[in-house]
Amino acid sequence: MKTLITFAYLVAAIFFIYGIKKLSLVRTARIGNAYSAAGMLIAVVVTLVDIGKVDYTFILAGLIVGSAIGLYTAMKVEMTAMPQMVAVFNGFGGGASALVSLSVFWKYVVDVSATGVAADILGANTAVTMALGILIGAVTFTGSFVAFAKLQGLIPGKPILFPGRHLLNLLLLLAGIAAGVYFAFMAPAPGISTLAFLALFVLSLALGVFLVTPIGGADMPVVISLLNSYSGIAASMAGFVIGNNLLIISGALVGASGLILTNIMCKAMNRSLVNVLFGGFGAEAEKDSGGGSSEYKNVKDYGPEEAFLMFDAAQTIVIVPGYGLAVAQAQHEIKELASILQKQGKDVKYGIHPVAGRMPGHMNVLLAEANVPYELLYDMESINPEFQNTDLVLVVGANDVVNPAAQDRKGSPIYGMPILEVFKAQSVLVVKRSLSPGFAGIKNELFENDNTFMLFGDAKKVLKELISEAKSVSV
Amino acid sequence: MNGLLMGIYLFVLALLLGSELISKVPPTLHTPLMSGANAVSGITIVGALWAAHSGSPASNILGFLAVVMATINVVGGFAVTDRMLKMFGRKR
Repeated sequence: MKTLITFAYLVAAIFFIYGIKKLSLVRTARIGNAYSAAGMLIAVVVTLVDIGKVDYTFILAGLIVGSAIGLYTAMKVEMTAMPQMVAVFNGFGGGASALVSLSVFWKYVVDVSATGVAADILGANTAVTMALGILIGAVTFTGSFVAFAKLQGLIPGKPILFPGRHLLNLLLLLAGIAAGVYFAFMAPAPGISTLAFLALFVLSLALGVFLVTPIGGADMPVVISLLNSYSGIAASMAGFVIGNNLLIISGALVGASGLILTNIMCKAMNRSLVNVLFGGFGAEAEKDSGGGSSEYKNVKDYGPEEAFLMFDAAQTIVIVPGYGLAVAQAQHEIKELASILQKQGKDVKYGIHPVAGRMPGHMNVLLAEANVPYELLYDMESINPEFQNTDLVLVVGANDVVNPAAQDRKGSPIYGMPILEVFKAQSVLVVKRSLSPGFAGIKNELFENDNTFMLFGDAKKVLKELISEAKSVSV
Repeated sequence: MNGLLMGIYLFVLALLLGSELISKVPPTLHTPLMSGANAVSGITIVGALWAAHSGSPASNILGFLAVVMATINVVGGFAVTDRMLKMFGRKR
């Protein structure tokens, strides 16, 4: 029976691996997700069989409550709020892993009033991975909820920099490690051992809060990716604790995915991970933007009618949506405008910067929601060579990701950041609320170019005006 | 080979396999990838199920909370990923 169960876990792992593999194509992604879900179902059923006939009250209650909350949230959430939701789910995953460690500890040490040190009672491996599981799981839990609160606007998105924060975090981490080591190898069970274990838990929870609080809202994509990785590693640690290879494998798969996405986000934002975690980026930029260098000259302010004439004259059009589009919830309007232009026989494409939106690939989801065919969405590498043959670029709510300073101003904070080279197009129309700087807090010389025209206003309102102009021409 | 060594072997190999698989996913799908991977990390539910029946009330309640959290992670994660991917594949 035990062998059969072990093999069933292997089958679940295979389902996860194929599920993730199938996520690499839009065509097969949905079935891939179903594979992963099937793997999870197998794992749960097999575990229940393995547990055998016991009192199911807590198990059933937990499954029902969890499923209800999970399903309800998943069906209700707005696509713009996806980053917050991933953060919350992530936090729950990390929290669950921490609680598994805690519960196992309770069962084998506290409940039976075991004596000696944890390493002798549980084995050194288990004691150490248990401590690691608590540390990583608890940091993921509170860190994710702080990230959620920032993205949801419950606490200010700006970096909250308190003096001595690096020292505090270092001390928390060291204290946590000390508590973990003391717990595993020195603290006599049950009393002192329990205290040490709970101290580790509380220190880790605090560490999660203080690590994420100083990081600005604009850097949350990186933080979420990283926490995603942590939740995977925490699951692996829980696997070491209960001696289950499926948890180790699946946790490592997720850990790898989070790390890769973190790396991609850092590159796209031209930041190192160290800089994101310890830099307090947005806060410094805030101060700089007060300088005189941010004044604009020679900005051409257009109205919707003049702007529409530009569309009329253009044959090839590229739309560059930024976070401003998501904030204004204008993804449906941009799609409508694009459809009208396409009906007039124009070639319309979308150029998507990797950090457009609030998490990796977020803009693609928002446009998919508005029914934009994904074949029209081009990533940065494939759209950049096209700009020189483009008549008109429509930039909606994007700023830093189209700032030429990234390529030609050595001293600029964004120098070296990969950008969409919209300035190479014949003309550029920028829909923006004002000339205020983007996340990087710097001036954008694109707006002063001879072939750039500004259309000020809320993205949704401006696009609606453009749509009515376009409709009046069509009839 | 003892359990710990075996576990470390699997952990490292799965990290490498994961890196290979994920690096092939196009940017278009990064958000569903993240929420889907997130749901997979809810595999800790297996540990939570073991924890929820072990006996003493304290241990059971910890296990129950773990099951609730892990289930939210799993069910919510897969459901929302499916909701997103359905939009990508929509016929127009």
